[in-house]
Amino acid sequence: MKELWMLLITFAKVGVMTFGGGMAMLPILQREVVENRGWATEAELADYFAIGQCTPGIIAVNTATFIGQKRRGLLGAIFATIGMVLPSLVIIMALAGIIGQISHIAAVKHAFAGIRVCVCVLIFNAVVKLWRSAVKDGKALLIFAAVLALSLLTDITPVVPVLAAALAGILIKVAGGAKK
Amino acid sequence: MIFLQLFYEFFKTGLFAVGGGLATLPFLEDISQRTGWFTSAQLADMLAISESTPGPIGVNMATYVGFETAGILGALCASAGLVMPSVMLIILVSKVLEKFRTNTYVEAAFYGLRPASVAMVASAGIGVAMTTLFNLTASGFGVLRWRELVLAAVIVVLTNFVPKVKKFHPIVFIALAAAVGIIFEF
Repeated sequence: MKELWMLLITFAKVGVMTFGGGMAMLPILQREVVENRGWATEAELADYFAIGQCTPGIIAVNTATFIGQKRRGLLGAIFATIGMVLPSLVIIMALAGIIGQISHIAAVKHAFAGIRVCVCVLIFNAVVKLWRSAVKDGKALLIFAAVLALSLLTDITPVVPVLAAALAGILIKVAGGAKK
Repeated sequence: MIFLQLFYEFFKTGLFAVGGGLATLPFLEDISQRTGWFTSAQLADMLAISESTPGPIGVNMATYVGFETAGILGALCASAGLVMPSVMLIILVSKVLEKFRTNTYVEAAFYGLRPASVAMVASAGIGVAMTTLFNLTASGFGVLRWRELVLAAVIVVLTNFVPKVKKFHPIVFIALAAAVGIIFEF
């Protein structure tokens, strides 16, 4: 029972200290999980992260579930995940209440109009960064172009391109690789 | 039944958003269009708040949407929906960890999934940019929102090309943009 609480508290701590999600979490996990608790080795953590990136869902949650499961099985996984999510829940709900009340003030409206411009650039930067690791050859570029056109021109649910792209990847790599 | 609906929509997001972080964005755009729970502008605001507060962006977004739509219980349902597929999948996968990572089919699927994920984030980004940087109801040069475009260009340069400055945390640029927005009354 004690370790279950430790899992919850440790991942709550990681959740509080992670700004911006994803990769920002890695150095904090290294300190808390590897150095302070000894729950995983450096190499295991790298593996969890790699798996977290190639399974659906939030990488931070995937990693927490993994370590929790490894330490205390199913209950450990649940406690670690709750710990990871708890700070977000509390902080965002507190903020949402405040924002609802001040959002009609002119200065706040102007501030958010400015912030939205910044958000556009942050998304643009993220796309550029992702592009470098995802689009490495002509076929990948083709998938990119097809999905981009599909999502811009139709209002189809994103589930369809995700499934189609996974299938295309398998067809290209497995069927294409078999010929060699 | 709003709570079940929130759970279901975010469960779907958690199940199909691959690659973390902004991968949830296209799904949220989709939810916004179909349910009307929030607008595209609100989504951009949410994104800014998520980038400036601790915690995984996906969870922040789910909590915010759930809370705005149906209060505290809504926030809990949306977040639970989002993390449920992760928890179930990881518990399954962790037993066959090495096999899963090196499986030919898994690798091949991800060869296709990665560019698709980038394309969907790009598409969602274009959607936000269209309403923020351009005024589509105007005609001629009125379509361009000059002040917004200049600010965007400045932030692109700051975040990509200025040594040291580009390593700053996004919250710095968000604060800067907020200040510019207030001073020039965007």
